Amino acid sequence: MDELRELYQEVIMDHNRNPRNFGEMEHADHAVEGRNPLCGDHYTIYLKMNGDRIEKVSFNGAGCAISKSSASIMSTILKGKTKAEAEKLFDVFHKIVTGELDAAAHMEELGKLAVFAGVAEFPVRVKCATLPWHAMHSALAGSENTVSTEEEN
Amino acid sequence: METLEILVKTQKIDISSFDPETYRKDFPILGEKVHGKPLVYFDNAATTQKPSSVIDTISDYYRHSNANVHRAIHELGDRATTAFEEARKKVAGFIGAKSERQIIFTRGTTEAINLVAAGWGRKFMEEGDEIILSEMEHHSNLIPWQILARETGARLRFIPFTDEGTIDFPVFEQLLSGKTKLIAITHMSNVFGTINPIKRIISMAHDRGVPVLLDAAQSVPHLPVDVEFLDCDFLAFSGHKMMGPTGIGVLYAKSRILENMNPYQGGGEMINSVWLENATWNEIPHKFEAGTPNIAGAVGLAAAIDYINKIGMVSMTLWEQELTTYALDKMSEIDGITIYGHAPERGGVISFNLLDIHPHDMSHLLDQSGIAVRAGHHCAQPIMRKLDIAATTRASFYFYNTKSEIDYFVEQLKQAKSFFGY
Repeated sequence: MDELRELYQEVIMDHNRNPRNFGEMEHADHAVEGRNPLCGDHYTIYLKMNGDRIEKVSFNGAGCAISKSSASIMSTILKGKTKAEAEKLFDVFHKIVTGELDAAAHMEELGKLAVFAGVAEFPVRVKCATLPWHAMHSALAGSENTVSTEEEN
Repeated sequence: METLEILVKTQKIDISSFDPETYRKDFPILGEKVHGKPLVYFDNAATTQKPSSVIDTISDYYRHSNANVHRAIHELGDRATTAFEEARKKVAGFIGAKSERQIIFTRGTTEAINLVAAGWGRKFMEEGDEIILSEMEHHSNLIPWQILARETGARLRFIPFTDEGTIDFPVFEQLLSGKTKLIAITHMSNVFGTINPIKRIISMAHDRGVPVLLDAAQSVPHLPVDVEFLDCDFLAFSGHKMMGPTGIGVLYAKSRILENMNPYQGGGEMINSVWLENATWNEIPHKFEAGTPNIAGAVGLAAAIDYINKIGMVSMTLWEQELTTYALDKMSEIDGITIYGHAPERGGVISFNLLDIHPHDMSHLLDQSGIAVRAGHHCAQPIMRKLDIAATTRASFYFYNTKSEIDYFVEQLKQAKSFFGY
């Protein structure tokens, strides 16, 4: 149960129950849906850009506490970041949740994202945590296609 | 009220003396610890655990009898062929089929239904014909018909389910018409647990000369099923949901239908004589079993049937009824729980949501307590859409489950509420 408490930290529970920047964005520059067909979790990430900088982020959709809080926290963190900074954050985040990097050594760049370090103990939940990030990554790349956690034909 | 009522009325079995502990020791995996806790296996609608007798039978087959079937003129070939064909006879007897020629071994329920869609559907369906399904079908009894409809121009019609998760008979009555060529329907829902009144459905269909295919994946492992009594035209089920191994399943069909069907796959075993340009087909059932079959799987399934017969299917059914009623009573006492499906006749499959705790978070928490349940759409996305939910958590029982496991499960559900801040 301790590992589970580590996973479902206060911050994660809070963002799950009161997600920030939740809702559709009108006149978004990019909107990409991320789907996990295995569990049905789905989020659309909306980005409003100002040149190379992310001016506004919002998201819509439904899923488990891990995916929803991940989308919520991501939305608060990406505001004001450049594309390169956003991609760098995704890279670090991905390595933290897969256990490739030790969260403690990257506290500064991770900030609030450090609460997801507990995911590394549960490989089945990695897709939950990274789903909104994959959609964001795809949106930044200018794609309009739905992204999926699974290979689809 | 048909299946269970008949059971209870005709069988004089006192279920109060049924003790699952007598059988649990036959299942090595039930002694496993998960995250340091004793395993509570409540995912039986997905697949069931295997008794030692099944595991040993498969092992013994490979140790002492393995050879290809219907070919070799040597001792092992004879043993393998005998074991395989004895398994076919056992399956026929188990579901009350008149002849083992009506039993086709497949990979599972899914392949059995695909076989009918390909071998029967492609031959007999024409543009404008209609296939009636229900809205509570598993994807395996939906997608093959979607593909067939696309190929032939046939149209799919759907019987809605009611708020209780039962078949809407007035609508079904309206859907039946001269265009109806097939009814393909689940015997027992893998989401609601509903046991559909199949006798009634079949007699309505047969009054109009329409054949009926039963998806019996959830019923054959849990209820006495007799194809002659039901008078179904096709019946499909899987071995692994009834303690057999994965990769083996069964299609039963009436002989005259099988004889008129096209083959499913081409290859060895399914032929009679072959020339370079053409071939003639083998007799049923071999006509539908191209290639080397899953011999060990069939032998393992036969061992599972022996095990069921030893316990008695009626006892298993009645114990599962007892467990299900017990679980429904206990779960209903939890504030904030929503249980999906309230059919008058139901099996041990309970889909639910607790407040707005997402099923994935719920099942993860339960897993940490050693409890295996299923979370998700249960391969029935149209049901989820109609209920306007993304997913449910599903607990499903087998005769080896106990009331104390249910007590522990209900306790953990209450814990989940406090864990997630309710």
